[in-house]
Amino acid sequence: MTRTILYASLLAICAAGANSQQQQNFDSVQIHVEPVQHNIYMLVGAGGNTTVQVGSEGVLMVDTQFAPLAPKLMAEIRKLSPGPIRYIINTHMHPDHVGGNAAIAKLAGSDPALPLKIIANENVLNRLTATERGQAPFPEAGLPIDEYGTPTKNLHFNGEAIIIYHEPNAHTDGDSVVLFRGSDVISAGDIFTPDGYPFIDIERGGSVQGEILALNHILQMTVPAKTQEGGTYVIPGHGRICDDADVVEFRDMVVIIRDRVRDMIQKGMTLDQVKAARPTRDYDTEYVTSNSFVTADRFVEAVYKSLSK
Amino acid sequence: MKILFAVLLVSAPAFAQVDFSGSWAPLYHEDLPDRIPGPELGDYLGLPINDAARLRADSYDADRISVVPEYECRPHSSDYSMRGLANMRVDVIRDPVTQRAIAFHTRMNFQEMERTIWLDSRPHPSEYAPHTLQGFSTGSWEDNMLDIYTTHLKESYLKRNGVPRSDKATFTEHWVRHGNYLTVATVVTDPVFLTEPLVRTQTWVLDPAQVIARDICETVAEVPKAADYVPNHLPGTNPFLHEVADWYGLPYEATRGGAETLYPEYRKKMGKPEHPRDHCERYCSCGAEGQICLSPTAAPPGKRP
Ligand SMILES: [Zn+2]
Repeated sequence: MTRTILYASLLAICAAGANSQQQQNFDSVQIHVEPVQHNIYMLVGAGGNTTVQVGSEGVLMVDTQFAPLAPKLMAEIRKLSPGPIRYIINTHMHPDHVGGNAAIAKLAGSDPALPLKIIANENVLNRLTATERGQAPFPEAGLPIDEYGTPTKNLHFNGEAIIIYHEPNAHTDGDSVVLFRGSDVISAGDIFTPDGYPFIDIERGGSVQGEILALNHILQMTVPAKTQEGGTYVIPGHGRICDDADVVEFRDMVVIIRDRVRDMIQKGMTLDQVKAARPTRDYDTEYVTSNSFVTADRFVEAVYKSLSK
Repeated sequence: MKILFAVLLVSAPAFAQVDFSGSWAPLYHEDLPDRIPGPELGDYLGLPINDAARLRADSYDADRISVVPEYECRPHSSDYSMRGLANMRVDVIRDPVTQRAIAFHTRMNFQEMERTIWLDSRPHPSEYAPHTLQGFSTGSWEDNMLDIYTTHLKESYLKRNGVPRSDKATFTEHWVRHGNYLTVATVVTDPVFLTEPLVRTQTWVLDPAQVIARDICETVAEVPKAADYVPNHLPGTNPFLHEVADWYGLPYEATRGGAETLYPEYRKKMGKPEHPRDHCERYCSCGAEGQICLSPTAAPPGKRP
């Protein structure tokens, strides 16, 4: 998988809706399996990263990429475990994270004694069932009908506590961060994207204030080992495996850009004036490439709109 | 037979051609003020940085180290650690069967930095593997010079005055031993913040009596702060950027760095200082005759608008 495909996919989805995945060619996408810690693996293909936890009770997945990739994802999961797929947790509702739900459910088969549960914050279910005009309905078999509406939801699976935290109004209004307490791994979803500016999806309830709160919450849960690194590992929505120090750099960037845009708003500058002042210009070489979905302007606009509400 | 065996022993495969193991004390020479008290705020002279790095450094507020707990115990990265308080112990790691050197392992004082330089041709990790402050280093021999290539670095700094170095940077090193002296040339390439490679050299002397003690650090939130507070200077508001030019009698533009400030021709066009100095006033005898540089004598320059 190349970053080009990843961003192109995200762009296609957000620009043209979920149907666009059918037009994309996933034939050349290969699934890369990166071991994280203990029984946790990060699977990289196209779309968001998939987290896989395996053990004696079966398999738990966090996010499912796109439907056409389900056979390839399953083939890699089967190399890690022959056990039943018991849980899918969706970190949020974007198609590059939920697109494979139904296809994975179908491939997993159904054993009433070992049911597959699809879990997400209730706002994910609400948004996936409220089909926008011209969009095909989200496949019913992939809906997260084991939704939760509380601040946290707990599971105990494969010998460890798994805590799902709702992070309100961050990337979207339905974000979940998943803590694997025994393995000491966090699956962060698109709240944390170390290769690019965060996509603050204002239309779907995201905000820069919620984004910062969510990043700080992740930092509360990450405990670095010696020399302030390692320890708790963080699987981002897109990009490489990270830890506390990487989340700190990202959080600092978001806070500093927030401070700059807030200062400009207080000086009475319009959105166009703020964009023209390029408050992200010292971060663009790090967080923007020619394929980036979240351009500097898009990020600035999201911050401006969050703070102007 | 015995003779043949002895010959085989000394001419074993070239896994490690020079033994760098031992305790090494850094020689700071003219770099002492920059390396021990540390670089002045706003001093980017001789760094081939781009505009992004310059503004990032201008925005840096050193309070971040004390106010944000996650920075309190963070060590230097392996490219900069060679320039900090660089007392270093090098151990050689040997394959227990073949006795070939498979790695050098280094340990330095500050925050107990440890690093492994693999000599056994192992591949670097995948692009999705975690990055660390010391990175992943592999070495190969060029006659008696050890060439080291390091990837998988965490974001850190080119100087500890906030000049950034990204996690996409890589660096090469060239280790050369002349008797009891060790010279390391470091070449950093960074597509995010540098327009040319940054080349620096450091020298050590073998010091068998040196002890690398422990340096135990625990983060403590000493200053109450809001969770969403990260000290930084808004663009155009950092009041400290002219200090280095004024203290040392340099043209301000020269202190802003960039590739051209690396080359001798730059002296012809760098202009005149705003506050020329006719004698040294700050860190003047730093390092001379064993003196340390704890108390700069120069008063800070007058307040600026
Ligand atoms: Zn997303």
